[in-house]
Amino acid sequence: MTTDVKERPVKKVKVEAPLAVLAELSHRCPLQCPYCSNPVNLEKGSNELDTATWCRVIDEAVAMGVHQVHFSGGEPTVRKDLEQLTQHASDAGLYTNLITSAVLLNEARVNKLADVGMNHIQISFQDSEATNADRIGNFKGGHKKKLEVAGYVRKAGLPLTVNAVMHRQNLHHLEEVIDMAVALDAERLEVAQVQYYGWALKNRAAFMPTYEQLAWATDVVESARKRLKGTLVIDYVVPDYYARRPKVCMGGWGRRFLNINPAGLVLPCHAAESIPSLKFDSVKDHSLEWIWENSEAFNKFRGTDWMPEPCRSCDRREIDWGGCRCQAFALTGDESATDPACDLSPQHEKIFGMASKEAHEKPPEFIYRRIG
Amino acid sequence: MGERVQVSAASVPKFPRHVKFHFNKQRDQWVILAPERLLVPDETSVEILKMLDGQMSVDGIVKALVEKYNAPADVILKDVTAMLQNLADKGFLEA
Repeated sequence: MTTDVKERPVKKVKVEAPLAVLAELSHRCPLQCPYCSNPVNLEKGSNELDTATWCRVIDEAVAMGVHQVHFSGGEPTVRKDLEQLTQHASDAGLYTNLITSAVLLNEARVNKLADVGMNHIQISFQDSEATNADRIGNFKGGHKKKLEVAGYVRKAGLPLTVNAVMHRQNLHHLEEVIDMAVALDAERLEVAQVQYYGWALKNRAAFMPTYEQLAWATDVVESARKRLKGTLVIDYVVPDYYARRPKVCMGGWGRRFLNINPAGLVLPCHAAESIPSLKFDSVKDHSLEWIWENSEAFNKFRGTDWMPEPCRSCDRREIDWGGCRCQAFALTGDESATDPACDLSPQHEKIFGMASKEAHEKPPEFIYRRIG
Repeated sequence: MGERVQVSAASVPKFPRHVKFHFNKQRDQWVILAPERLLVPDETSVEILKMLDGQMSVDGIVKALVEKYNAPADVILKDVTAMLQNLADKGFLEA
């Protein structure tokens, strides 16, 4: 790593339009999951974009050729205009997806969302077992409520994804989580191992599984995939720390997706605010298309010119696009460094060792997610 | 929990509610959209998928293609079934 790479002027690369937009309507959430993917500095409700601005941004996304919008948060159902935004996006031809904790939903609202054109609902689960699930989310009665709402989703004829965030404090229930997804008649199950940014990084030692636990989980998923082929789709995300090669984070920086935070800042990924040197642009000041093409934060890590060695000459440089910038910064202090998930990174061994050590120690208390 | 969809000549495949087969005007492109998934079917697949109206059977599709391309029905049936089965296994079709 040399400073040369950092000081290179940001070069504009011609890019295709994004495929999907993640619309983080609010950072407010009744749950306090200690692995929340939101930034540690959460936006207050008073900073949130208004309905008209969101509608304008949705129109701009459609005009760019975007296919899908994911309404997310925080908890997107805290917004009273969710139905209005859904209808707007659906009428404009977007595939609409709700990513929710479900604890604020009731049957009437689920039906209403189905009526206005919601295509799909994804509900997060903290475990298959209520006591542990409610402890992780720090929300009493949450698990029971989620099961109820999942039932309303299916009753309304909407497809359901069960999103299960897994880690050392619930991984032993993985088989039960798969059974739960089957019992809820879900179309899809996401078995997502915690990714360590923001809040999760603060709580890493509380969540990191051992390598052996992870290998067991992978076997469980593989055998369930065979057994349930054609009836339940299982997506599986492994924790980077035990990988040999980095994940293709976001399909490559500024290549496939963009993320709009509750205040209107447009981010290359939901964790990008964890990199202090990045300068983001707001939909309040520019069109979405302008931001996608010109925003410094997007262009900084687009393509391969920014890469240091060994990435720059690696034959996988246009496969994983350099992995994850947020992770590179979080673990090395340098956002341009080789992602330490890659075993060609000089930091890889150290990080693997640290993860393994943490995973074998007694887990510390959670630091729960809170605003302010 | 449904059974695995088995596509045969008699099947009447269709897109389930959560899957949108959609023409994106800005991109001038047919796409299949599902949660966190996007497929860009090739020209032949698009031709077949456009026929899925909830009434048309696989047999019917094959007949239409036999006429149009003047190709043997058994070959077309095999290709069409394989394509649709593949989509069904990925959760993009029901029958």
